[in-house]
Amino acid sequence: MTKRLGKQTVLFSRPVGILATSSVVGPKEGEGPLGSKFDVVLDDPMAGADSWEKAESALVKQSVQLCASKAGMETANFDYLIAGDLLNQSTGSIFGVRDTNVPYLGIFGACSAMGEGLSIGGMLIDGGFADNVLVSASSHFCSAEKQFRFPLEFGAQRPPTSSWTVTGAAAAALTSKVGGVSVLGCTTGKMVDMGVTDANNMGAAMAGAAADTIVAHFKDTGRSPHYYDAIITGDLGYIGSDLLLQMVDKAGYQITHNHKDCGIEIFDRDRQNTLAGGSGCACSGVTFAAHFYEEMKAGRLSKILFVPTGALMSPVSVQQGESIPGIAHAVIIENVGG
Amino acid sequence: MDISKSHYKKMVEKASPNSRLGANCAKAFVVGGLICAFGQVLNSLYMFWGANADQAGTYVAMSLIFLAVLLTGLGKYDDLATFAGAGSGVPITGFANAMAAPAIEFKKEGYIFGVGAKMFIIAGPVIVYGTLASMVVGVFYFFFGG
Repeated sequence: MTKRLGKQTVLFSRPVGILATSSVVGPKEGEGPLGSKFDVVLDDPMAGADSWEKAESALVKQSVQLCASKAGMETANFDYLIAGDLLNQSTGSIFGVRDTNVPYLGIFGACSAMGEGLSIGGMLIDGGFADNVLVSASSHFCSAEKQFRFPLEFGAQRPPTSSWTVTGAAAAALTSKVGGVSVLGCTTGKMVDMGVTDANNMGAAMAGAAADTIVAHFKDTGRSPHYYDAIITGDLGYIGSDLLLQMVDKAGYQITHNHKDCGIEIFDRDRQNTLAGGSGCACSGVTFAAHFYEEMKAGRLSKILFVPTGALMSPVSVQQGESIPGIAHAVIIENVGG
Repeated sequence: MDISKSHYKKMVEKASPNSRLGANCAKAFVVGGLICAFGQVLNSLYMFWGANADQAGTYVAMSLIFLAVLLTGLGKYDDLATFAGAGSGVPITGFANAMAAPAIEFKKEGYIFGVGAKMFIIAGPVIVYGTLASMVVGVFYFFFGG
């Protein structure tokens, strides 16, 4: 158990390389501030499919294939494929990767899927159980609206606290070869339920979990916020980020100077009317894959704590009056050079 | 986290922006009023063309429902609703949109379990409680209506 630090953190015995990442997004994401950085921007959110669910799977399929080819590998040569999304029974992932013929581990951590996938993938490789692991995370605005809210063409106003589900799929190829941008360890989040029952305020539901995981990470590792160039949360948005900074500050840590949120980065809320910010598994996934990973490769960032966040709810649990537990998984990512 | 749920609730309320009630009400008033005024124009036209008052009312309802369903199918009604809110939700056009939108969305799951079963997911409660309310009023009217 020597790799374990404190209650929640694991430090790998050697860096697990991120060989390549890929990002496939919808047109709205393509019009956002990061638009030019994505590998593929689709003109049609339907992606040539005949339903929103199939469209999401088409995005997953494309991003997984693209990531494998950017890593210089065949998809079939990966030892494990770990994938997560928001749809019931993970159908977005399943039908996107069913033809890959790779041992499959389906995960559900709501929008924290990319963090959960990188953590598990890193552990599999560090444990010596795999040499190459592909991690995928996806979400689609239209399939999420259909499942969690209203039919797309139904006329309803969105409250200003609501977030905008990112249409996209991201993949990352992890490898046992040491060098470059790598995962060095992770702090696995506990569920934190702050009693929020409003499904239109996900940022508030998740902020407590993000603060809990970030503070646990500092306590477990003994590191200070200054160790990292950036602490990047998944999809807290404007409201959740505000709450996060207050809570982390109250716990005695200052992260205002280096905190970023993928839900804030991915859209221009004034121009794109995205209210509280972007959300969904793809929000942290594609923002990391297209933006932060590239910033690290280019040497503009060298150490980040990547903290995808998720709201663990279903339409049924909300209708039955359950509050929304949040979850956040922190992944230590550094450019180790070489 | 070492923060009580009640304290967190206050923090959330402080951090969360409220809906712009005044502006939303004004927009709903204007758009809702315009839809109803348009209905009145149609009503006068149908009567001018020879319909009696009952017939004209039916024709107006048919016309507005047709237009709302057409705009829903073209993907425009939800844009109007984003601006107008209750202004486009309360008139008969809103009800038509609430039927057409799920019919389009769930068509992928087939005509029985998709369109047929899911068409009423939004409008269903309106019909159920509308019917119930009319029964309650009917009973009152029977006993006290004279």
